[in-house]
Amino acid sequence: MYRPIHELTDAYRRGDLTPTAVAEDYLARIGKLDGKVGAYLTVVHDQALAAARESELRWRAGSPRGPLDGAPIAVKDVLCTAGVRTTCGSKMLERFVPPFDATTVERLRAAGAVILGKTNLDEFAMGSSTEHSAYHPTRNPWDLTRVPGGSSGGSAAAVAGGLAAGAYGSDTGGSIRQPAAFCGVVGMKPTYGRVSRYGLVALASSLDQIGPFAQDVTDAALLLGAVAGHDPRDATSIEAPVPDYAAELTKGVAGLTLGLPDEYFPDGMDLDVERAVRQGIEVLKGLGAKIERVSLPTTPHALAAYYVILPAEASSNLARYDGVKYGLRVAGRDLIDMESRTRSAGFGAEVKRRIMLGTYVLSAGYYDAYYGKAQSVRTLVRREFAAAFAKVDLIVAPTTPNVPFKHGEKQDPLSMYLNDVFTIPGNLSGIPGLSVPCGFSAAGLPIGLQLLGRPLDEARVLRAAYAYEQATSWRSRRPELT
Amino acid sequence: MNPATTKYETVIGLEVHAQLLTRSKMFCGCPTTFGARPNTQTCPVCLGMPGSLPVVNRRAVEFGIRTALAFGCRVNDACRFARKHYYYPDMPKNYQISQYEEPLAENGALEIEAEGGTRTIGIQRLHLEEDVGKLLHEGTLETAQASLVDFNRSGVPLMETVSRPELRSPEEAAAYLRAFRAVLIFLGVCDGNMEEGSLRCDANISIRPRGSTTLGTKVEIKNLNSFRNVQHALEFEERRQAQALDAGERIVQETRLWDADRGYTRSMRSKEFAHDYRYFPEPDLVPLQIDRRWVEEIKASLPELPRAWRRRAVAQYGLPPYDAEVLTQSRALVDYYEAALREWSPASGAGAERPKILSNWIMSELLRVLPGDDERAIAASPIPPARLVGLLRLIENATISGKIAKDVFQKMFDTGDDARTIVERDGLTQVADEGALGQVIESVMAANPKAIEDYRRGKKEAKGALVGQVMKATRGKANPAL
Amino acid sequence: MIERKDVEHVARLTRLALSDAELERMREQLNSILAHLDTLRAVPTEGVEPTSHAVDVVNVMRDDTEGPCLSQADALANAPDPSGELFRVPRIIEE
Ligand SMILES: [Mg+2]
Ligand SMILES: [Zn+2]
Repeated sequence: MYRPIHELTDAYRRGDLTPTAVAEDYLARIGKLDGKVGAYLTVVHDQALAAARESELRWRAGSPRGPLDGAPIAVKDVLCTAGVRTTCGSKMLERFVPPFDATTVERLRAAGAVILGKTNLDEFAMGSSTEHSAYHPTRNPWDLTRVPGGSSGGSAAAVAGGLAAGAYGSDTGGSIRQPAAFCGVVGMKPTYGRVSRYGLVALASSLDQIGPFAQDVTDAALLLGAVAGHDPRDATSIEAPVPDYAAELTKGVAGLTLGLPDEYFPDGMDLDVERAVRQGIEVLKGLGAKIERVSLPTTPHALAAYYVILPAEASSNLARYDGVKYGLRVAGRDLIDMESRTRSAGFGAEVKRRIMLGTYVLSAGYYDAYYGKAQSVRTLVRREFAAAFAKVDLIVAPTTPNVPFKHGEKQDPLSMYLNDVFTIPGNLSGIPGLSVPCGFSAAGLPIGLQLLGRPLDEARVLRAAYAYEQATSWRSRRPELT
Repeated sequence: MNPATTKYETVIGLEVHAQLLTRSKMFCGCPTTFGARPNTQTCPVCLGMPGSLPVVNRRAVEFGIRTALAFGCRVNDACRFARKHYYYPDMPKNYQISQYEEPLAENGALEIEAEGGTRTIGIQRLHLEEDVGKLLHEGTLETAQASLVDFNRSGVPLMETVSRPELRSPEEAAAYLRAFRAVLIFLGVCDGNMEEGSLRCDANISIRPRGSTTLGTKVEIKNLNSFRNVQHALEFEERRQAQALDAGERIVQETRLWDADRGYTRSMRSKEFAHDYRYFPEPDLVPLQIDRRWVEEIKASLPELPRAWRRRAVAQYGLPPYDAEVLTQSRALVDYYEAALREWSPASGAGAERPKILSNWIMSELLRVLPGDDERAIAASPIPPARLVGLLRLIENATISGKIAKDVFQKMFDTGDDARTIVERDGLTQVADEGALGQVIESVMAANPKAIEDYRRGKKEAKGALVGQVMKATRGKANPAL
Repeated sequence: MIERKDVEHVARLTRLALSDAELERMREQLNSILAHLDTLRAVPTEGVEPTSHAVDVVNVMRDDTEGPCLSQADALANAPDPSGELFRVPRIIEE
């Protein structure tokens, strides 16, 4: 039953399975196991079954809407869903019910997908462990004492734990790729502007991008294809045709040049991770890819630039939560008192920390030293990628410097931020990146291989990932959840 | 003249916010209609809902360029939007999407008619932004226990135009605003309705000892929503600052609010609590690179502006500059004048005095019964241009006297009938046949032998007395020309 | 090094009511994070123009046409304190 979406739909076509039976089974499994994992914040049981029944009718009539028709999927709770509360993992939005669907959700419904529910995340997508949800932490299906990564940890854990056949998350500094690596699934951040951000509750508007979590690369291609493409409601979305990603998958990596950046193998990185990634690169070489060393010297500074830009934009995006129009309100003597009490009660510690940091770096006298400087460093990061991609087709690197850590292990904010050193540059430069399982640590924890591509070159990223996946058997391993 | 201005020199700069006459809002599709029921013209975007995104209204940009060209501003090749942060409950996102370092246009000028004749006032910048919602207070702002917000106006396109501090008196400030308003109305970019808030004005005013070259401490005055308010508020502030300086006090840099009912300005916010707006480039919007061809197209489509019309009216119609100034207070009034003139002198051969007669009647009669700056009222005048001309023709061909014509005008206005109908119905035609008039004159002369004696002796004024008698006898219908 | 009063100022700017303990912890954490961010100074960026958008898209504008509005009920549905047709807020005292 827990097979990739493309296998489910094959079974629908043959009539071996029905969308309703599959949806019921997933809902039952969520009821039985999600208490342990905590992947979901909201499960829309009845809506899901209704959608599944409609899908079933289409399959029976031999007129499915496409490769996602009847696919039971989950969406991160930062994507607005009409009539279904969208909390962003925050007390601030506990009772917020959007009157509209995010473009991604709209396209999923149009594609016939069966949305099972909204998945857990670090509050307002600020975090790398999904420990900082205002509701409950999410646990890693491979080891419930460990974190699933974050901020899209709920979506990653749902797919890894067989609680959804596929899922969507958002990636601002690694929030799709890092949890995908931690949970042993495929996760992709497309090019900035490839998927509409309309209806995605903003963390950092110039970095946020929506992308899929999948059991395999084929599903990732299908899930991306269903939501990619220009949207007039998002001024930053790119007007470019969407290729048939699935059709490109089998072209192989023979003849492709893969860049290997020295800066992505720093001293003191987890040895299991380094070993697995280097083995993965050997596999790609064996498949006919040329490997070439590239240099991205600004990489060590990307983290600092990111932690200026992100809090700055976040402090601005989160200014609207003031107890006036929607969300939480805590009574106060007067307006300012009400707003201050509301924001203090509605936001968690990490959110307050970043709002304070962002407000500070934008405040009078500090703009040039921080925001202006960080935006220039961002230019350098983009230039270095551009230079590298002039020589190589793809860049291959580890997704994370470490394996899933234990809940509560990382208390100091900075050590938590360091999780994203290898994924952040992709957001700063807007290029597409994907994490594909490439092995396990001695302790049996998943490790991810990251592939980065040229802007809008998702097809080639997916194609290399597919070639690697087909040459290895990592995806056959699944966590035992009972 | 204000006593203050003899000892001190006043320096005033005006910031005018004009609502643009677009169909939809600046960043969303909601209508901009004034006076709808509260909160019926909103959407996720203009309510600042999580996940919503702005998209620029092309028409608003076009109107901005159109206005910029009318003021001779340089339209910048590239401009961008920025976020301006401050908390206020009528501003849904708690930041306003505005323009900061890269405005749409800069460096223009506006000619105004001041006591000293024509003066040219510099325009520093012109930029686009979004309006905020409307706050209603339960009572006054100070006493209200609560306030209520209507977001219909939130997101309506605003064009902010900042003058250079080159206005030297409250009169000039009012003249600037009048001329400014006329230009916008002629361009059709704003309805100029100050009561409905389509045109709002803030002023910066400082005074300094005559001859001094350094600027005094400036005070910002908000809420100047009529020409009268602009003048009165600035006169009050001029006096207040002069008295403060005379008393050896120093002027505090602050924002003051004009209370039109009580006729004074009071402190709103002093520099110590000045906002720290934390501007940064709006990441949800991409930069605009203004296409020169577009600018040229707009330039080619510019209508005749007040200044050009005044010049033409003086040169071509021989109107006094004062008349031309009065007529250009609205587009409708100029259209009215032009239409009437076309009607009256098609070949404009005869009646060189007609243009002046016409402006006299419009200024003394039409503007007595209708507000000249009210486009709608003038356009819908119960006495259309052709009918006014009909009346003037009756004077011209001596059917009625000018004195009677004024009564007929009022009757036309009240009843909506044309001049001839009224004159015939009320039997107001002049006694023009000499026979009938002869008898009247003889009887008058018979009754006034003394007056005739005096006249013969050369007392010219005696004639006047006699004519007066005749007029009296004919109830003013006699044609004095006979 | 940012001081207590800076933290208080920033908290006021962004409408956060922080307890003494929170202010103190915030001061320490902000200082340690800022110490890391200050490593940016080492990066030579003279003449490097800033990037505010990862994509080079420009001139995205919409036509001036009316789109659908929310019903008044939907607009107010999430309001914490609706009052008839309006959003209510506590009395406003200028800063
Ligand atoms: Mg403004
Ligand atoms: Zn709207």
